[in-house]
Amino acid sequence: MDGPATASEVIASEASASVAPPLARVPLVLNKRNFDWVTNRISGAVENPTPRWWWVAFAITSAIATFGLTCIGYQISTGVGTWGLNSPVGWAWDITNFVFWIGIGHAGTLISAILFLLRQKWRTSINRSAEAMTLFAVICAAIFPGIHVGRVWMAWFLAPVPNQYAIWPNFRSPLLWDVFAVSTYFSVSVLFWYTGLIPDLGTLRDRATSKIKKFFYGIFALGWRGSNRHWRHYEMAYLLLAGLSTPLVLSVHSVVSFDFATSVIPTWHTTIFPPYFVAGAIFGGFAMVLTLMIPARAIFKLQDIITPQHIDKMAKIILLTGSIVAYAYAMEFFIAWYSGNQYEKFAFYNRIFGPYWWYWWVGMLFCNTLSPQLFWFRWCRRNIFVVYFVCMCVNAGMWFERFIIIVGGLHRDFLPSSWGLFTPTWVDIWTFIGTFGIFLSLFLLFIRFAPMIAMSEVKIVLPEADPHYVPPEEHHPVTAGGKERT
Amino acid sequence: MITPSGNRVYGMAAEYPSAASLYEAAKQVRDAGFKRWDVHSPFPIHGMDDAMGLGKSWLSAVVLVGGITGLLTAAVLEFGPSSYLYPVIVHGKPTNFWTVPAFFPIMFELTILFSAFTAFSTMLTMNFLPRWNHPMFNWERFKRVTNDGFFLVLEARDPRFSENEARELLERTGGRHITVVHEE
Repeated sequence: MDGPATASEVIASEASASVAPPLARVPLVLNKRNFDWVTNRISGAVENPTPRWWWVAFAITSAIATFGLTCIGYQISTGVGTWGLNSPVGWAWDITNFVFWIGIGHAGTLISAILFLLRQKWRTSINRSAEAMTLFAVICAAIFPGIHVGRVWMAWFLAPVPNQYAIWPNFRSPLLWDVFAVSTYFSVSVLFWYTGLIPDLGTLRDRATSKIKKFFYGIFALGWRGSNRHWRHYEMAYLLLAGLSTPLVLSVHSVVSFDFATSVIPTWHTTIFPPYFVAGAIFGGFAMVLTLMIPARAIFKLQDIITPQHIDKMAKIILLTGSIVAYAYAMEFFIAWYSGNQYEKFAFYNRIFGPYWWYWWVGMLFCNTLSPQLFWFRWCRRNIFVVYFVCMCVNAGMWFERFIIIVGGLHRDFLPSSWGLFTPTWVDIWTFIGTFGIFLSLFLLFIRFAPMIAMSEVKIVLPEADPHYVPPEEHHPVTAGGKERT
Repeated sequence: MITPSGNRVYGMAAEYPSAASLYEAAKQVRDAGFKRWDVHSPFPIHGMDDAMGLGKSWLSAVVLVGGITGLLTAAVLEFGPSSYLYPVIVHGKPTNFWTVPAFFPIMFELTILFSAFTAFSTMLTMNFLPRWNHPMFNWERFKRVTNDGFFLVLEARDPRFSENEARELLERTGGRHITVVHEE
């Protein structure tokens, strides 16, 4: 912002300091874009002819997804023995992948629900794609518990219905809580996402040039016409869904952590797990949001909507949650020592110096604890390449963390005679890579067929959306203070 | 009201240049005593409910009922089998009421699940959506409502509605492109 130049302007600026805010906020949408620009730019990503890079990317991701699905088919038809699971490591990549993917989903709900309740208006630029990411991540997550129990045709045992011996599932089991938590989470996330999409589907319907597009967007827009009598209930529903999703997202990863915490395995049986898992989930999820959004904003030229300020704020959340996670790591070690329990102490010694030592040094120490500390520095938060590097570290690190918790806890338990190591098979590896194919294919389809940014919500944060907005005159007075607040 | 060509009139609509002008117009229409009218905008305008004389949405009350239903459903679902139909002692936990802490997670999840579905379906019901045809869609300009158009419509079924008075009111509040919108 240009400071006052002449003496009279300085006087004018000081005179208006009492009314003007001392720190001008950087606008959330840069370059004074108007409503029409927002509509055109975001709808354009859906309406323009499919770019060649999209076909190339989709061919690659869908091929990977197909191979992953083939591995799942092979695993189902042959048996769980195609994986490297054996005694004592009965949970390994499968549950690691489950926790990894479900955790990624949490950032989407944090952005869409918790930041909404906290009135963080910058969320509007990223909430739609983050919510989509949530759905696709939960789909990937849901694959693993479904297939790792073996005999998927018995998956109905998970449902609250009696089996052929009239025995019901055990409602006191954390594994059943998990079924309810994850399925509720997915259902509510779909509702929240679709509720937000309705006005934007109306936009695509009204702009549609072909009959087929008009028909399908019209069907899913439900006849939305922007009536304020509708907005009144719509906003209340949106608020309530946000209010419901907020405790839900905290509960889901807490319940996931109960799967471990209610057992007696050293390193699992701890009370710190629920908050530790939730913070880790948001930490890993934000890294994945940035992993997807940084290329997307460049490809679709959305830099005026997803601004450096947005990336800066997400980096700060990664710093915050990363520091919470680092604290939890440290506290785990402290409690292991302080408890005086020899099995706990050994398990944590084994974590650093045991056969999986480098998982801890690389994954938990370097990727999760040290790399996000770069975000204390503004230069790092504003440098796309540093941000991307840290996000990639966190993506990898959070997978390593779950692997260390799960396999690290199991491979050396109470009796040295039952110790053993885990080695993944090619089916393990390709099933995991395959879920990335599924995830990215779904995300590519999403950005092709639905507006990846919530148009109706971004418009609200433009200054002219304010009912008391007065268009600036030609020579608007100098505002006080030159420092930008971000 | 029927036009000479035999078309039933839905109402008279006007476009406004900005959110602020629509907001001011809504206040004037409210004060003129109209009841059957609406404004249409690409996004919810802050304070518009008051400007239109609408109170707080009572959707939240319905959602409360939905949430309580979910809680009770979970209680029945958990206590029914575990305490009555086929009590099994697992983890050494009791099968009577005092096993309830182990039931909290599912009670919580079903409360949320039922509330969310209630919020979504009640929002649509209260808005009479989905409704894929509507007289306002007959107006070509109205396509801008999902982009950057701000519209106000006075419905013909309002007792105060007369073509002249409606047109005069819309003009006075700064409406442009004032149009009679037909039902068909």
